[in-house]
Amino acid sequence: MSAPTDAMPRPARSGWLTSRRSKAILKRTVLYLLLALVAFFFAGPLYILLSTSFKTMPEIQSGGLMSLPHEPTAQAWVTAWGEACIGITCGGLKGYFGNSMVMTIPAVLISVMIGAINGYALAKWPFPGARFVFAALVAGNFVPFQVVLAPVAVTLRTLGLFGSVEGLVLIHVIYGIPITTMLFRNFFLSVPNDLIKAARIDGAGFFWIFFRIVLPLSPSVIVVALILQFTGIWNDFLFAVSFSNPSSAPMTVALNNLVNSNFGVKEYNVHMAATVIAAAPTLILYILLGRYFLRGMTAGAVKG
Amino acid sequence: MRRFLQRHVSQIALSPSLALIAIFLYGFIAYTAAVSTTNSKAFPRFDNFVGLEQYWRLFHTPRWHVAFTNMFLFGGLFLLVTISLGLVIAILIDQRIRAESFFRSIVMYPMAMSFVVTGIIWQWLLNPTLGIEVMVHQLGFTSFRLDWLTNPDTVIWALVVAAFWQGCGLVMALFLAGLRGIDEDIWKAAAVDGIPAWRVYVFIVIPMLAPVFLTVVVLLSLSIVRAFDLVVALTNGGPGVSSDLPSVFMFDMAFRRTNLGLSAASAVVMLCTVLAILIPYLYAETRERA
Repeated sequence: MSAPTDAMPRPARSGWLTSRRSKAILKRTVLYLLLALVAFFFAGPLYILLSTSFKTMPEIQSGGLMSLPHEPTAQAWVTAWGEACIGITCGGLKGYFGNSMVMTIPAVLISVMIGAINGYALAKWPFPGARFVFAALVAGNFVPFQVVLAPVAVTLRTLGLFGSVEGLVLIHVIYGIPITTMLFRNFFLSVPNDLIKAARIDGAGFFWIFFRIVLPLSPSVIVVALILQFTGIWNDFLFAVSFSNPSSAPMTVALNNLVNSNFGVKEYNVHMAATVIAAAPTLILYILLGRYFLRGMTAGAVKG
Repeated sequence: MRRFLQRHVSQIALSPSLALIAIFLYGFIAYTAAVSTTNSKAFPRFDNFVGLEQYWRLFHTPRWHVAFTNMFLFGGLFLLVTISLGLVIAILIDQRIRAESFFRSIVMYPMAMSFVVTGIIWQWLLNPTLGIEVMVHQLGFTSFRLDWLTNPDTVIWALVVAAFWQGCGLVMALFLAGLRGIDEDIWKAAAVDGIPAWRVYVFIVIPMLAPVFLTVVVLLSLSIVRAFDLVVALTNGGPGVSSDLPSVFMFDMAFRRTNLGLSAASAVVMLCTVLAILIPYLYAETRERA
């Protein structure tokens, strides 16, 4: 906005032009000050989280929320990972991190695969009533899961899966169907029908076309779906707290139990380190694949 | 047989999902609705039909009143703050700034984190003996008070600021996409006429973003009804029950107070709230397209 005035020869003692120029500079300065404020508000908490996790407890109690640690120590991280007491066991977060991984990875892979096949069937092999089937599946995105919690608990008990990681995988797969189906169906609508018609005339079947033609055309939507599901399932708390027991609890539940327990001395540095550990996998995904991340979040914002 | 399989392969591929959703979604909603008409305590039982008594009891439970009112209070404040600031931040970022992607990423990274993490971060920052309050005291403003977490009258602001911190990125991104979709010629025409930028925003650009506003309001409203983890991690409904929300009430009644009938009634009310938001929206959307 301010650039063109640079190129003009500046008439001597012209108050009008200089004031316009300084006005533009002032505007830009205010703009960047506001942006710096915004950046501080959003980035500040992460900085405080990280710097506190490297401090000792005496230093934390002496104040200085924004200061860098005087003598950085990784002790809190070691404690959070391997020694902190969560409930009655004192083995740190590592077991729960493992639980989250063992739960999240299969749940993500299976639900993305199911969603891809559903989306492909709905978008490329339509049949009478396909629109109704789509609507019935996708409506699941809007339902607050509180309304199914009790019957799911009963079902998991009946199946002998209550309190197990397998039970959580099953629940995440089932309730992942609406969002993954929606994502893939909407993407596959843009795959040209002619390609599929030609392949069908050549005698190719449903799955051959899916694996050989449609999937190779859609790496981006697969990445979006993987990120969306990974973030959603890793970060889930409602299902985790409802259907896990102390030995199968995922990270979110363990972290909440660690920080919000009323017993013992609160070791804030350990809490902060634990929080960073819990947030790390999805944050890393965001940093590496931010572009796909946004697409996933806008698609996934509807879901519970 | 083979021919049948080939002709109906699409339906066959979909049928497991459809069956699962029919049972686990629609079946279970019906199940919960049925439980809400019984006097079930620790386990669902269907031999003690009480009609709509649980709903009557629900709306005569003081704690539910707090939770239900909080949903609207928290929701209203959260919508107001997030939409207005989200739009302002989107406009700031849309000024052809340097390092745009840097600023965008900073506003959006909290979306990647769980509400439990966000709740814990803000619990720490709002801690009156160690957090922001102490930091401001050390800067010399010793009368500064930030007691949101311990004051039942203002605790809702703790939820609002944490939810804003987490949710602003999405709103900003949606508005930014909307701003980028507006025809450049409008800006050129306004510049020719010498109309100041703020007037173009207020009278032309923002009205053109109406569909984005609608989407944002619906998305945020759905998340407000479902808000659960944030409250559990940040305030656990406290002090007392002053920051309770319907989801927390429902969970407590189902898993801790063994009052499944009442819990089911509260879950059904939550579902109805979602439908009350969604049905007019979907109706408007389909009419627009038709």
